Amino acid sequence: MKLIIILLSAIFVNNFVLSRFLGICPFLGVSKKVETALGMGLAVTFVMALASVMTWLVQKVVLVPLEIAYMQTIAFILVIAGLVQFVEMVIKKTSPTLYQALGVYLPLITTNCAVLGVAILNIESNYNLVETLINGVGGALGFTLAIVLFAGVRERLETSPYPKALDGFPIALITASLLSIAFFGFSGLL
Amino acid sequence: MINDLLWPIVTLGGLAILFGIVLAYASKKFAVEADPKVEEVRFALPGANCGGCGYAGCDALADAIVKGEALVNACPVGGAELAKKVAEIMGVTADETERMVARVICGGDCDNAKEKYEYQGILDCKAAEMLAGGSKSCRFGCTGLGTCVRVCPFDAIHVVNGVAVVDDEKCTACKKCIEACPKHIIELVPISRQVRVLCKNTDKGKAVVEVCKVGCIGCQKCVKACQFDAMTFENNLTKIDYSKCTNCMVCAEVCPTKTIYADFTNRKKAFIDEEECIGCTICKKTCKFEAIEGELKQKHKVLEDKCTGCGQCAIKCPKKCIEMK
Repeated sequence: MKLIIILLSAIFVNNFVLSRFLGICPFLGVSKKVETALGMGLAVTFVMALASVMTWLVQKVVLVPLEIAYMQTIAFILVIAGLVQFVEMVIKKTSPTLYQALGVYLPLITTNCAVLGVAILNIESNYNLVETLINGVGGALGFTLAIVLFAGVRERLETSPYPKALDGFPIALITASLLSIAFFGFSGLL
Repeated sequence: MINDLLWPIVTLGGLAILFGIVLAYASKKFAVEADPKVEEVRFALPGANCGGCGYAGCDALADAIVKGEALVNACPVGGAELAKKVAEIMGVTADETERMVARVICGGDCDNAKEKYEYQGILDCKAAEMLAGGSKSCRFGCTGLGTCVRVCPFDAIHVVNGVAVVDDEKCTACKKCIEACPKHIIELVPISRQVRVLCKNTDKGKAVVEVCKVGCIGCQKCVKACQFDAMTFENNLTKIDYSKCTNCMVCAEVCPTKTIYADFTNRKKAFIDEEECIGCTICKKTCKFEAIEGELKQKHKVLEDKCTGCGQCAIKCPKKCIEMK
């Protein structure tokens, strides 16, 4: 039961993008088309799940026993950066289309605060390994959900009438804020 | 104390080395075999990502060139030199294509063309175009409000006295001005072609005279004067076929309205190297302007005042002893 609550909480209630405001860069950058948004979401899901587990292991196996938990942030960034590089290579080899679609945003996951955020939150919440994995996957699914929803709205915006002055990022930011308000509706759920 | 410092360094350093090894292994394992030509071509390209070629950037163009979708001379910025380099990488010979430059086909500056009304709107040709085709009396002429100037990424086009003028040196033939011009009076022309018909007005002679001093009135004198069939007359307007034009500038000489512009200071003259000349009279026969005299087996001479610099004699000379200077 606790696992389901963690999952739902990560996806809806504490949605990384729309409630915690982490990972805004790819959220705005790769959300012009649903297809690429989905690709980005999947890449983040993959990285986040792996990163959650890896950082948890690093924390429990290396940092805590050596009493250098204060190096957490740096160690986690190192782990995440290495992981992203690895994922990039795998994607480049297995799916050139996805690699091209993600473009510069894949390396950007390296410094994606959502990935680092989920890693640190896992430690702070004292999750065990399974809970950590669930929270990571849930958070990433929440990210994917948000970015795909947002991309869908933006695709429709292309053909919708709105003031010319808001063209581009202004209207995207307004849309994002409205989406965020909508997600606050989940806040009393759990 | 020393332990407090040492442990983090050793641990993080160790982690970093571990990841480094894993990544190094992965980069071998997952290496994608990219065409090394793409990189070479990309390196040769200017790298400004100007988009003048019509692709998303230099990377995209390099990709397209290697795939054979784009020509080796597709980069308008690099010119012939770059085309040669890219052709070398691709293992083909580049056609020696001449560098093209944009030219504004209008001579109706503030002194030559009248104004229909005083335009006070937005300083943009497209905006002015909507108000009865701009303020210039000639509806075909350059509006002179500089829409082309603003789209030019190379600062190669400027409005001088009411008409846009292209700086041949800076122009890269990226075609941005051609797309932007609402009057469609900018064209790409080989840079060596000195003669230009500076008019797009297809009205009859009388109507042209009323609006512009340098408009083409359709007298067809140039068509008759041209010895190389390079002038065509259509729709009350003369047009030069640059594949036939020899830069002799005779058309510019006869044009009564000075619609045809040529820089006479750049006019070349033929010079015969008398030591090499064998007196074959081929150049004399070739010359359409009777500018070469001399009998068989005698040294030939060029009459400088008659020579138009068309260069046909130099092409035909079997001893290659005629030089155009």
